[in-house]
Amino acid sequence: MCPYTFKDCFGRPISSAPDAWFDVVERYSNDNNKTLKRSTKVSRCLNLGSYNYLGFAAADEYCTPRVIETLKKYSPSTCSTRVDGGTTALHNELEKFVASFVRKPAAIVFGMGYVTNSAILPVLMGKGCLIISDSLNHNSIVNGARGSGAVIRVFQHNIPSHLEEVLREQIADGQPRTHRPWKKIIVIVEGIYSMEGELCKLPEIIAVCKKYKAYTYLDEAHSIGAVGKTGRGVCELLGVDTADVDIMMGTFTKSFGSCGGYIAGSEEVIKYLKYTCPAHLYGTSISPPAAQQIISSIRVILGEDGSNRGAQKLAKIRENSNFFRSELQKMGFEVLGDNDSPVMPIMLYNPAKIPAFSRECLKHNVAVVTVAFPATPLLLARARICISASHSREDLMKALQVISKVGDLVGIKYFPAEPLKQYQDGKAVKYD
Amino acid sequence: MEVSTMMSSTVQNLMNVTFDWLNSTLDAPSVRAVVFGFNIRGHLFIEVFLLVVILFLLSQKSYKPPKRPLTNKEIDELCDEWVPEPLIPSLNKEFHYEPPAIESSAEPHTIVNGKEVVNFTSANYLGLLGHKKLLEACTASLDKYGVGSCGPRGFYGTIDVHLDCEARIAKFLGTPESILYSYGLSTMFSAIPAFSKKGDIIVADEGVHWGIQNGLYLSRSTVVYFKHNDINSLRQTLEKIATQNKRLKKLRRYIVIEALYQNSGQIAPLDEIIKLKEKYRFRILLDESNSIGVLGSSGRGLTEHYGVPIEKIDLVTADMGRALATEGGFCTGNTRVIDHQRLSSSGYVFSASLPPYLATAAISAFDILEKDPKLIKKLKNNISVLWKGLSGISGLTIASNQESPIVYLKLKKSTGSTQEDLRLLESIAEIALREDSVFVVTSKRSTLDKCRLPVGIRLHVSAGHSESDLRKASESLKRVAKQVLGGS
Repeated sequence: MCPYTFKDCFGRPISSAPDAWFDVVERYSNDNNKTLKRSTKVSRCLNLGSYNYLGFAAADEYCTPRVIETLKKYSPSTCSTRVDGGTTALHNELEKFVASFVRKPAAIVFGMGYVTNSAILPVLMGKGCLIISDSLNHNSIVNGARGSGAVIRVFQHNIPSHLEEVLREQIADGQPRTHRPWKKIIVIVEGIYSMEGELCKLPEIIAVCKKYKAYTYLDEAHSIGAVGKTGRGVCELLGVDTADVDIMMGTFTKSFGSCGGYIAGSEEVIKYLKYTCPAHLYGTSISPPAAQQIISSIRVILGEDGSNRGAQKLAKIRENSNFFRSELQKMGFEVLGDNDSPVMPIMLYNPAKIPAFSRECLKHNVAVVTVAFPATPLLLARARICISASHSREDLMKALQVISKVGDLVGIKYFPAEPLKQYQDGKAVKYD
Repeated sequence: MEVSTMMSSTVQNLMNVTFDWLNSTLDAPSVRAVVFGFNIRGHLFIEVFLLVVILFLLSQKSYKPPKRPLTNKEIDELCDEWVPEPLIPSLNKEFHYEPPAIESSAEPHTIVNGKEVVNFTSANYLGLLGHKKLLEACTASLDKYGVGSCGPRGFYGTIDVHLDCEARIAKFLGTPESILYSYGLSTMFSAIPAFSKKGDIIVADEGVHWGIQNGLYLSRSTVVYFKHNDINSLRQTLEKIATQNKRLKKLRRYIVIEALYQNSGQIAPLDEIIKLKEKYRFRILLDESNSIGVLGSSGRGLTEHYGVPIEKIDLVTADMGRALATEGGFCTGNTRVIDHQRLSSSGYVFSASLPPYLATAAISAFDILEKDPKLIKKLKNNISVLWKGLSGISGLTIASNQESPIVYLKLKKSTGSTQEDLRLLESIAEIALREDSVFVVTSKRSTLDKCRLPVGIRLHVSAGHSESDLRKASESLKRVAKQVLGGS
């Protein structure tokens, strides 16, 4: 695949923090997009692409001073692995904090979210085990499952009845060719699917897994901190007891404005992982300033910093997502995803519309993310919007205006629009 | 004679009479039938009849025992009967070991349990942790960009410091381009599967670390290991592959080595490996995690150490979490190799980018190194002082190369089981920390690690250590080793 023609739609460099408004560096090319060179010009654009759900991306009044203090005390890196003297008092505090936030007995933290999945699954599963994963799971889970050597089966995206069918068939059949019974079965699902914006049907899936004695693994990369009344993820939102999920995984890149990943589970599982997981034994420990950012942002979310900014942020993101989604649907766009989810893909379908949509929006100073093959099927291209708690109502209105104009130009309003909202405050309010 | 001829002629007569009778009876009904210009003779009926019989037999299905799929009730029973294994095996007391937590920065002098100790566990080879310039640059970066980058490189996660850092690395090492990864461990295990696919041949050292092993497994290529750092074993392996494999010219062939092995402290003999590579036409993937900033007169790594031009190495990867005092990893090489990774390396495309302050830290580290190459000389000096101090220690030998900043002490006589060895070495490390305030660690292996090299005590020497620190460490280890292993 050689998308030189629209290479400028991907990998756009920025020169400021990825906050609600940021500076996109303009690039030019002399050889038809084969190489793109940076220019010194920047344009201030509205950011609808970064994973900044709670607005912790830029310098924050509570978090940043503490992060800088930690930087001076512990240096940007420990240069060693967790078992070798890279464990600082901060790391232990972080793990206890994350465990209490996620409502599990214990947690372990790694330096990168991708490595968390890739290095945990081979430890837990091996030959003779079965991994059943949702068909739209993220690449890190697929890599981890392949690296484990277990047999992998897929169930149709978010359909618990198909999961039950697959489980029954697999348990009855046993291992392929030898028909010996499976050693263990684990079902892997995600909290919010990043390309669909949908929430997982967690209560039904947990019920199915309990009935057939399979273990569950929940990847909350996009949902931790962003959904739920107090930001504790899909379990809180859908009313599932965290003790029913065997292993909960998440990343800190999205809602907490930091880096790294965590695994939360029972005490024995975490002790076992600390002894055997290669990412813990061989990977550098998470950078101490990043760890402090996570602790401080969780404190803000829980209101332990003495203000109610956390509760405000959570309410804001819910309000923003629901407002934006309903407005887009009213305009006639096809928007995927459930209510309350801050990720909303707008379907473009035709891959030729991708560069048009992306470039036109950028001309009007709105930066969007367009996703093409191979992250999505070839004919299901989409533009993915990520709402943040730091977007104000004016920002969203401007975004809606621009997207509506560009949508008309490109021709992606596949559904009939609702009639104009008439006579609000005595004036007709028109969005396009 | 006459009787036999008479008998044979009688038999012949008889046969002729029978045939004539047969022909006439068969011809009789159709003696005048002519179809399509052919006379229908009797034998055609027999042939048609045989054909019909053959077709009938062929069209019969072969016998298969009837399929009986399981009924729902049977499946329910099987599901009820099935008992899974517990998610994790039961834990014995080794699992309850917690490493000591440090309470300050991982510099040569750090605080453990309230006491100040000499720290040999951190791979801070140039002593850059705590350097004022590094901290200033990071603070400025934090104020400007915040902590995280909030997105993968393809979706607004590319910040201008990332591009600056990549350009700086390429300039420092003298290669056309480089690419930044957000975690050191994921660099190798994303880069290898991007290039080597099913069916290709990879020859790797048996002592490579887990990141590389995982990359080799994920690439699904044929992997052949050669004896650790043994150039003869490598030569034999290459020879065997060249003679056995007739399709060799059509396959991609790689040699994967580390410049300075994490698991043993040995240095790879790059000049000889280059000669073998050119003779058998393989490509080299070199992991320079522990040699950037350490080997070579200006810290440019193994290629400078041996005087080999870096263009001869096809791909160089490194983990920045060692000498450069930051986190993340990079990969460097020629433009096409690097550009390919931007689309097909899974750890780059599907993962958030490096936090910008760590990229700034890397740039500052390179600046400090270029301005102050005395750090490398100091490091080399420290290594030789420690070597002198630790030679002649009872019960332990130094298994690493004389110029390696990872000084690896292994048992002279192994007890036979890795667990027992590890227990002895851990007690040495623990006593050294408790009584002499010298912080060293044993090498730990994951259950997934295929490396079978012996375990040992690992000391990381830093340019920030003073001579008194090194003396203190050698004396302490000598004393404790004698105490635990018995004098010799």
